Formats: sequence, C-alpha cells, structure tokens
Amino acid sequence: MKQFPYTEKKDTRSGFGVGILEAGRKNPNVVALCADLVASLKLDAFIKEFPDRFTQVGIAEANMIGIAAGMTIGGKIPFTSTFANFSTGRVYDQIRQSVAYAGTNVKICASHAGLTLGEDGATHQILEDLGMMKMLPGMVVINPCDYNQTRAATMAIAEYEGPVYLRFGRPVIPVFTDPDQPFEIGKAWMVNEGTDVTIVATGHLVWESIQAAEKLEQEGISAEIINIHTIKPLDEEAILKSVSKTGCVVTAEEHNRFGGLGDSVAQLLITRMLAPQEFVAVNDSFGESGTPAQLMKKYGLDADGIIAAVKRVLKRKEA
Amino acid sequence: MNDIATLQKIASQVRRDIVRMVHGVQSGHPGGSLGCTDFMVALYFRTMKHDPAFNKDAIGEDLFVLSNGHISPLFYSVLARAGYFPVAELSTFRKINSRLQGHPATHEHLPGVRMASGSLGQGLSVAIGAAITKKRNNDDRLVFSLHGDGELQEGQIWEGAMFAPHNNIDNLIMTVDVNGQQIDGPVSKVLSLGNLRAKFEAFGWDVMESEGNDMEKITSALEHAKTLTGKGKPVCNLMHTQMGFGVDFMMNNHKWHGTAPNDEQLATALAQLDETLGDY
Repeated sequence: MKQFPYTEKKDTRSGFGVGILEAGRKNPNVVALCADLVASLKLDAFIKEFPDRFTQVGIAEANMIGIAAGMTIGGKIPFTSTFANFSTGRVYDQIRQSVAYAGTNVKICASHAGLTLGEDGATHQILEDLGMMKMLPGMVVINPCDYNQTRAATMAIAEYEGPVYLRFGRPVIPVFTDPDQPFEIGKAWMVNEGTDVTIVATGHLVWESIQAAEKLEQEGISAEIINIHTIKPLDEEAILKSVSKTGCVVTAEEHNRFGGLGDSVAQLLITRMLAPQEFVAVNDSFGESGTPAQLMKKYGLDADGIIAAVKRVLKRKEA
Repeated sequence: MNDIATLQKIASQVRRDIVRMVHGVQSGHPGGSLGCTDFMVALYFRTMKHDPAFNKDAIGEDLFVLSNGHISPLFYSVLARAGYFPVAELSTFRKINSRLQGHPATHEHLPGVRMASGSLGQGLSVAIGAAITKKRNNDDRLVFSLHGDGELQEGQIWEGAMFAPHNNIDNLIMTVDVNGQQIDGPVSKVLSLGNLRAKFEAFGWDVMESEGNDMEKITSALEHAKTLTGKGKPVCNLMHTQMGFGVDFMMNNHKWHGTAPNDEQLATALAQLDETLGDY
C-alpha cells in the first residue's frame, strides 16, 4: 500500500491558525472573532498582523454568532472561533436563524472537537456537532484530517460564499498530507486504493485508518481508504465508485454514531447501492476525562477499532 | 424631507395595511406592529438615508435591523410603501409561496430584508456586527435596531449590551419598544425588566426616552438620537408606545399581540384609519 512518511507532528488547530493568517493576507475582508480562547485557537499571529480585523467578544458565544452575521452586511467574511461545543450546541438557534437561514457568509471555526480534547471531559468533548451542523440547510460541514489539510481548508472556505462549519482539534498528530494540496470543498481524497473493503474516514480517524490498513495488508486484506473531509456536501460518487468495487464499507469518525459521517454514508448506500456497513464511532455515549490516546482506545476509535470493524464487515459481505 | 402631516398620512395607510394583512390570512401580530408604526414610518420616510433599489451591503446607507421579527406586517408595509417591492404583494403575507414570510427572511430575497429574525434576542448582536463593519469600511452612516421590551428577557441582548459600550460602538441607535406587554401578559408580571434606563446606563449606553406614538415627538427624538452618535457610546432609545395604537379596541391589550381581527373587527378598525395612499 501507499506509504505516508511524515517528519513532524502538529495539531490541526495550528493549521487553522496559519490558514486564517494566509487567508487574511489574501483577502482584506477576512475578519476574525473569538470568545476568550485566542491562544487555544492559535489566533495570535492573525491578531498581531491584523489587530483591527479581530474582535474579542468575551465569553458570549451567542453574541459572537450574531455579530458575525451582522458583519457580513457590508462584505466582511467573519471567522468565529471557539471550542466546538460552544460553536454549535450552545448557539444552535443563533446559527440556525442568523447564519444558516439568513445565508450569511459566516465561517464557524471549531477547535477541540471530540474525545481528543482529553482531560477536560465530557462537558467539552462534543460528539454531536457534525450532526447538528449537517442538518442545517445550506451549511457546508468540513472536518479535516491533519495540519496541512486544515490549513488548506481554512484558506478554501474564505473563497467560498456561504455558511461553513469547520471542525478541528487539539491533539498533536502526524502531518501526512501534501503541504501544497489543493482543497476542493465536497471532493473526497483517495488516500489509498484497495479492493476488499472501503474505509471512509474523516478527521483524526484518517491517520488511524492508515495505521489499520497497514496491519490489514499484513493479513492479506486490501483496504481502500477515502478521506471525506467535507461531510456536507458529501462526495457521493467517490464513495459509490469505491463501494461498487469493494462491496462493503467501514465509516470512521470521532463523533456519535448517530448523526455523523456514518449516517450520511448509510443514507447514501440505502438509496443508491446496498452494501454492508460498520460504524467506527462513539456508541451513543458521552466521553470522559483521560488522555486523547486513552480515550480513543477506550471508545474504539483507533486503528484496532477500525480493524475489528473491517473484519465484521468482511464477514457480513461473505455471508 | 417629508413633513409631519405627510408622515401621519403614511402612518395611517400603514396601519390599514397591517390590520388588512393580518385579517387577510387570519394570522400575524397586529399589536406591536401598530404600536411601532409611527417610529418605523419616521425612520424610513424621514430619518434614514436609504435606497429602495436595495443594495444588500448598505454601503453609504443607514441600515435597519428588526430584531422583534413578529412585527413583520409593519416592516413589510413600510418597505412596500417606501418602494422596495410592489404594494400589491402585501396581499400574499403569510401565504404559501410568498416572499412575505411570517417572520422576515432573506431566504426569499425580499428587497429590504437583510437578516432573518423571529427567534428573539438576536438582532442587537447583528446590529452591532453591521455597525463594526461600517466602521471598518469607513462608512459613516448609522445602524438602527428595534427590539420589543419583552425581548429584553433574552440573555443574548445583555451580551450585546455589554459588548457595545466596551467597544465604543457609537454608530448604533437601538430602540426598545416599551409597550409593557408580552404574550402572557404585562411585562411587569411575566418577568419585570426593572429600571431599564438605569440598567442600560450602568452598561455604559447613552440612554434617551421618547414618545413613540406622536409623530412630531418620535421624529424629533430620532433626530436627537443622531446627535448622540459618534461620541464613543452606543445610543439606547427607550420608546414608550401603546400596543395596538390607532385601533381603539386593540390598544394596551396583550391579547392583540398575535390575534387577527374578524370581519366585523376589521370594519371597526378601518373606520378609525384613513385610507390616504390607497389600499393594496
């Protein structure tokens, strides 16, 4: 299988920090807002270079979303930033009315998503955000897989006209995607071609899928890995093309099994191409405190969890 | 510039539009709409610089954010009468396939509407955001917003109330429709707002009070509000109105917050309101 050598590990939130700085240099209308989490969101460089294009709103996320929506009147492109929990669940109605329904050009940028937030525990580990955001008509939902992809996605959404939810995280993971990758919203990335099973992965689970595929290869199982960085709109053709070849699919995401990428893939398959599917996702529970690695292992969101799901789905395919 | 008599004539027609629209679909909110009519007529026909050709970005124009979106009959009538869209379209209010949704929507591309509203408490934040963009664009025009008094029970209002003075948002005039009524009864009984002037002053606003159902007084109050802008503080105009003003049986009665008149009540209401510009 394809090799993914890497020389460094970084957090995806740092990709956001660099991406928004570069987007800001390219387009003077790019402005940033933050709700008292500047360092966590890696916004220092943007604020240093563009102090007049940054708005500190304090611990008042509802106000932040409304202000961002208002800022679009007159042509600004506001990027709101806080933890994923406070970017979605806390402000769902504000997003629904003033961003999604109003169709305002707001980019909701959300860090510390999922279990890998770690020790802060379940109050902060949102596992429902992809579902909430993808249910909003017109909302683009993106969950990049590493530093480089997050940087590219951040720059790409500045060029896109309309509401976007961009989800990234805290843990330091290998930087394995191309630093100069083009990022096309809604276009899947074929990570590795294979023949026996399709692994559709998003976010931090893409690296875990690569680890899983390497081990599966040693057992003679050829896994195709597709990176869906854009949960919505979903690259349906890429998934169908792969599943028509492999005949089964495992979806992998750092999210509740209800409402996430797996749901979207299942809905696609049930209407277009029946095939067995297994879910690597949190099984309808809250998280808890622990290190990111401990949590991903405990909740089955690591390479071992993916391997187990592949074996289950292959058994069903053969049956 | 429209004189007071002209504004009063427009207001009478707008009030007819409101009761006819709500009657026509047997749905909608006449009370707050009638109470705020004089304010919004003054705003759109005298106070604000605006262009019915409708530039969504409002560059070089004053702009208005309606936070209490349920008074949409008033908003739509004023926009239509000001030339944003055909007056005849008012007959489609709240009906299927209409641009005149129950609460204002940008989704249907109705000229004059820049933000969806209806879920309460969001418009102050939106107005603040628009005001910040005006400053960043070196656009010296103003942002006006309107809120119900009951709406101030929403926490997000106070997030905005804290933010605006801290950030010297002095190109914003927030008007609160102090009619003392909300759906479940008098505001003082449902959840008292206490001393609103003292509250906004404590947050750092420049607070003024006005009479909202006297055209001469509300017009000069808005002129006065403009003189308070540009001085480092946001402006809060506590505007005292009577819910249902202009239709005697609807006045000061929270039951008319969201109730439509029947045929007989419509006739009674229209007999109290001169048809000055022609019904739609």
